[in-house]
Amino acid sequence: MSNEVTNILISGVGGQGILLASEVLSEVLMLAGFDVKKNEIHGMSQRGGSVVSHIRYGKKVYSSIIPEGQADMLLGFELLETYRYLPLVRKGGSVLANNLQVFPAPVTLGKESYPVDIPAKIKAAFPDTKLVDGLQLASDAGNQRTVNVVLLGALSKNIDIDDSFWQQTLQKMVPAKYLEENLKAFSLGRNL
Amino acid sequence: MERAILSGNEAIARGAYEAGVKVASAYPGTPSTEILENVVQYPTIDASWAPNEKVALEVGIGASFGGGRALVAMKHVGVNVAADPLFTLSYTGVRGGLVLAVADDPELHSSQNEQDSRNYAKFAKIPMFEPADSQEALTYTRLALETSEQFDTPIMLRTTTRISHSKSVVTLQDPVTGLPEPGLEKDPAKFVMLPSNARKRHPLVEDRITRLEEWACQQPFNRVEKVGGKIGVITAGVSYQYAREALPDADILKLGMVYPLPKQLIRDFAAQYDTLYVIEELDPFIEEQVRAMGIEVVGKDLFSICGELTPGRVAKSLSGKDEQPFFSHSETLPNRPPSMCPGCPHRSVFHSLNRLKAFVTGDIGCYTLGFMEPLAAMDTCICMGASIGNATGLSKLLSGDEQRKVVAVIGDSTFLHTGINGLMDMVYNSAVSTVVILDNRITAMTGRQENPSSGYTLMGADSYRVDLEQLCRAVGVQHVKVVDPYEVAATRQVLKEEMERPEVSVVIARRPCMLVKRDPVARKPAMKVDLDRCTGCRACLKLGCPAIEWRTTADGKGVAHINSLFCVGCGLCNQVCNVDAIGDINE
Repeated sequence: MSNEVTNILISGVGGQGILLASEVLSEVLMLAGFDVKKNEIHGMSQRGGSVVSHIRYGKKVYSSIIPEGQADMLLGFELLETYRYLPLVRKGGSVLANNLQVFPAPVTLGKESYPVDIPAKIKAAFPDTKLVDGLQLASDAGNQRTVNVVLLGALSKNIDIDDSFWQQTLQKMVPAKYLEENLKAFSLGRNL
Repeated sequence: MERAILSGNEAIARGAYEAGVKVASAYPGTPSTEILENVVQYPTIDASWAPNEKVALEVGIGASFGGGRALVAMKHVGVNVAADPLFTLSYTGVRGGLVLAVADDPELHSSQNEQDSRNYAKFAKIPMFEPADSQEALTYTRLALETSEQFDTPIMLRTTTRISHSKSVVTLQDPVTGLPEPGLEKDPAKFVMLPSNARKRHPLVEDRITRLEEWACQQPFNRVEKVGGKIGVITAGVSYQYAREALPDADILKLGMVYPLPKQLIRDFAAQYDTLYVIEELDPFIEEQVRAMGIEVVGKDLFSICGELTPGRVAKSLSGKDEQPFFSHSETLPNRPPSMCPGCPHRSVFHSLNRLKAFVTGDIGCYTLGFMEPLAAMDTCICMGASIGNATGLSKLLSGDEQRKVVAVIGDSTFLHTGINGLMDMVYNSAVSTVVILDNRITAMTGRQENPSSGYTLMGADSYRVDLEQLCRAVGVQHVKVVDPYEVAATRQVLKEEMERPEVSVVIARRPCMLVKRDPVARKPAMKVDLDRCTGCRACLKLGCPAIEWRTTADGKGVAHINSLFCVGCGLCNQVCNVDAIGDINE
């Protein structure tokens, strides 16, 4: 194992399940034998605000915060929140974005405007960008609230870790009665 | 040995369990809240929410005086509330080990100021450990409890948001065994701090700090990491991680105990370098003490006193270069501020206070968000419990119309925290003001913790629910009204009447928090907008409900739209719509 640290950033809106997604990801990485650090800001930002989670893994990780411009992957749960955190992504980094708009309060009030053509703008800077219709896939899996696991599935293709660690972790962390739809959501994302 | 990935707060809870803590008490406060929430999983510990931090510490002190190990947790501003017993506890010392875990919030992720708790350690003459990751959070909690007993002192354990809320890998161990059984032991010379006793204790406190300082020079928690570098760095806590990352070639003196500082160790380390940095967040706490030893260092002239450090900020400060990231925005992005949840019972109260043009003295909780547009109905916010005292002060210098506009707004948990004292004063000293208690039966802001008005304890047991009406009457309030904030017109009418009353009056706006699972508010079908009736007047948008959006129809007409993913069917928008265009069209 080299001493390189890999940096994954997850961004979105409070209430979208970012916390659980980053918990699952960290657990998987630990099981796979990496040193892992994870960090997110919650508290006031839970309530509909912008939320971001940093996950770093490698042989040895010091800070839990990803330095500006060094994220290798950005997983965005909402378009504006994906766009907002692009400055943290390194040149050539990969972006995976849920194709969903959630208007923040200042936009609804007509005080600020939601940026236009976000997917095109992201793709212009990061040609590898992939858009995922998370809500549709989650509905296909049987529950709209599994969008976060669909997105994790899509992300998992970019991380070289055996599928069994993912299965094992989802079984441990997802409540039993929602397990089936979450496993389905994960595989729909993974097989995109 | 078992490994787990734990947050700093989870690791402190685990450390308390492994160290044989018997009693844990706290008042919730971000970023410290999860410490007690995680203690609950260890049945050997009696864990409880106290109504405020002073009480939490006093409970911990009692347990310690009874010979049991105790953990008390709070956020930085909570220490201000607990400061009174804390400073005297420094004099009495302990019997069972006592750790006060305090979580600071550099960058004010969810706090009203950025104070640096390390100053409290020095001020109260209490040693302080500062972990740099979850493993140290666990280890230092155990270590702190042992050190507390070894030196007969309370110990502070300081984290910051990035330690409390970061997760990293830790190794778990079995709990210690063979601790002495708790029991009563009289020792008034040690535990009764009247002047003649306290005078004798003060020299012991001073001597203790000297002994701790010498001891700390020999302990592995203060360690030198040598890579044969030409520059030296003194650092502690999360700043150590940033320093390690930004300066891989520097030698580092990593401090695990930030007060008292190991002076001889610092002298020996400093002597080896021409350039010595002190890298620390917030105050120049280490820096000033090292300078006072006559050692030249580079510190706050390079690194900001305000806000938190990051690996990027440390690197930028050191290099002086502001490197642009690969991508930077060419347009200004809209902010996404937090807002009250759809269905929040506080919303209509602020909507009414805005309409009534009240001057609102506010307090700390979810309802502090009532200050934001479009509700824009909060004019002051200082600290837990301040709303009522602020209203008293204002009412004393105003007269007539202006006096009647003053309304204090406070949550149930905050009212019981320190608001009740303010209400006593308001009545006792004949102020003229209206107090609104937003009673949602829970401490909502920090993540829905139980409190004395919720009817449940931290450990989930049923409990007596404080009768807020009787409590207000008991301190002398003659006019106590209870309203349901979901009834918009009735709530506004009562507020209007009580504001006009030239006496103290309390309005309790009672309705459980939307997110309380055990007391669920039936989620009704989402509201819908009748597009033929909607005139685009935007009255509903003034509620600031995240479920209400603004759309333009195909023929260019601006209309309200309700997002069915978010709407819980509370019906407030229906009540504020002037043209009856919103309703439950499904029913």
